[in-house]
Amino acid sequence: MTDTTAAASTATRRRFSLHTLGPVLALIALVILGASLNSNFLSYGNVTNVLARSAFIGIIAVGMTFVITGGGIDLSVGSMAAFVAGTMILAMNALVPTLGIGVPLVMAGMAVALLAGLAAGWLNGVLIAKVGIEPFIVTLGAMGVYRSLTTWLADGGTLSLNFDARSFYRPVYYDGLLGVSWPIIVFALVAILGEIAMRKTPFGRHCASLGANEQVARYSAVKVDRVRMATYILLGMLVGLATIMYVPRLGSASGSTGVLWELEAIAAVIIGGTVLKGGFGRVWGTVVGVLILSLIDNILNLASIVSPYLNGTIQGVIVILAVVLQRQGKTAE
Amino acid sequence: MNRRTIFKGAALGLALVAGPVAAQETKVIGVAIPSATHGFMGGLNYHAQAAIERLEATYPQLDFVLATAGDAGKMVNDIEDMVATRNISALVVLPFESEPLTAPVQAVKEQGIWVTVVDRGLSVPGIEDLYVAGDNTGFGRVAGEYFAENLKEGDNVVVLRGIPTTLDNERVDAFQAAIEGSGINVLDMQHGNWNRDDAFNVMQDFLSKYDDIDAVWAADDDMAIGVLEAISQAGRDDEMWVVGGAGMKEIIKRIMDGDPMLPVNVTYPPAQIATAIELTALGQVSDTPVAGRFIIGSQRITPDNAEQFYFPDSPF
Repeated sequence: MTDTTAAASTATRRRFSLHTLGPVLALIALVILGASLNSNFLSYGNVTNVLARSAFIGIIAVGMTFVITGGGIDLSVGSMAAFVAGTMILAMNALVPTLGIGVPLVMAGMAVALLAGLAAGWLNGVLIAKVGIEPFIVTLGAMGVYRSLTTWLADGGTLSLNFDARSFYRPVYYDGLLGVSWPIIVFALVAILGEIAMRKTPFGRHCASLGANEQVARYSAVKVDRVRMATYILLGMLVGLATIMYVPRLGSASGSTGVLWELEAIAAVIIGGTVLKGGFGRVWGTVVGVLILSLIDNILNLASIVSPYLNGTIQGVIVILAVVLQRQGKTAE
Repeated sequence: MNRRTIFKGAALGLALVAGPVAAQETKVIGVAIPSATHGFMGGLNYHAQAAIERLEATYPQLDFVLATAGDAGKMVNDIEDMVATRNISALVVLPFESEPLTAPVQAVKEQGIWVTVVDRGLSVPGIEDLYVAGDNTGFGRVAGEYFAENLKEGDNVVVLRGIPTTLDNERVDAFQAAIEGSGINVLDMQHGNWNRDDAFNVMQDFLSKYDDIDAVWAADDDMAIGVLEAISQAGRDDEMWVVGGAGMKEIIKRIMDGDPMLPVNVTYPPAQIATAIELTALGQVSDTPVAGRFIIGSQRITPDNAEQFYFPDSPF
């Protein structure tokens, strides 16, 4: 009798650690694979490239973690990023004559991006929390709206930032502190603050309780609507922040900006161990998920061992494997 | 059968005969194209609208219906609506995808409607009355010839490919055929999906992977923009030049200004939709024969002739 109990408890413990460590193990395996395939994989340049390009999706995915933990979903973030980028570029171009090229112009552009993101997130939040429409439908609609608004703003072409403004703004993506570029620093800060907010603050706990059981949360005096609104507004602002990092990279936005970012962000969140139906979120897991997704692309490009036609297959298989590793424990429980 | 029914039947018959006769005074031409999701299609939409405006002013007896679709299914619906509700006498279509559009366009043809197919062929030959397209083989060959002329034996190039399609394959095969025997070394080919961001990422990885790259065939101007940015980030501007394609106005401007990193470009004009609409309209209003195939050659754009390919008003 005692034997079985002991065996069961160790088994539970092992399952638990596997459950949490699944994505980390997958990430480590990918790093080892990458390093063995190409000696430049761990070089400073490549690591910086991969981290910096993960930053956009990463920043958005941290916000998505809160939305999904709260039992919601947001399909509009990719289109929203394109729309915010377009608005920001148009605003900055329009402000060049008044503000000139300099810090005020860039600050104004950043403010526009954050406000546009906030407004877009607020609108999603109102329709979901106050009007009570399914988040899937609201954000699916918003996805189409922002995508086509961007195409319309760009007249079907590409919106480009004023050349001088672009040259001035460019260092925000390419430069940094002590050799770490700004997108990486911002991504790291967002991730750390997100992790603290999820673990240590009432907001994080309210998100989880809302996602786990809305009725119980309501009876426990959680202001359900307000928390739900807050998750979408937070995500909208993070989309604005990601756009601030994105625009200086190529200085342009078009209808093809941010295509499928929403799915990558959602995939990263789920790989990281957050439960898709809500109730439990893990911000650091999301960060691992984002890195896994970027590394797969990077390794496929660096190695070119398989036909590029198969890239999608390999991505899909690794994503599913990473989740299978952690879910095995879950279903057994 | 009493007299009233006979009258009714006769009236109906008369209406049926009279219908098409009355419609002949204003002919309707339907235009179905993909929506402006990226630069090239943006340019195509611009030129389609410009051509329609021009033709409506020139020929008062012509009416146009323009429909843009984001996927093949929507395009099929658009075409069915045009036939059912607008009674079109000619259809100009750039198939979103060949396979799904073949049967619907064939059905249109069987109703006696003139069909002009643009750029992407249908999967069954012989449906269309007129086929207008850019020259994909020429697009790859012209670029390849420039590489062969300007690189030495043993020089290294990397290639960015588009979205995996037959069109992309034709271009890449022609490019490889053109550089064959020149001793140029193709280090790697990856798909940048005709997208700036994807091309930026792929080029960053190429730069990490290879220390010695002499030239890049970006095969598209949107991809060329991403590639140039990645090269300048790595600080390797002096090592290599880049050839894009399709003639985006920003790139043409830089060629006009003699940018050493962008020596030439190859045309694949989005204005081919205007050619198709103009020819179709001409066939509708006159007896000018316009049936057949019209392939628009891919030309090399150099600093000397760049000015004639520069359209500052187009979004592309």
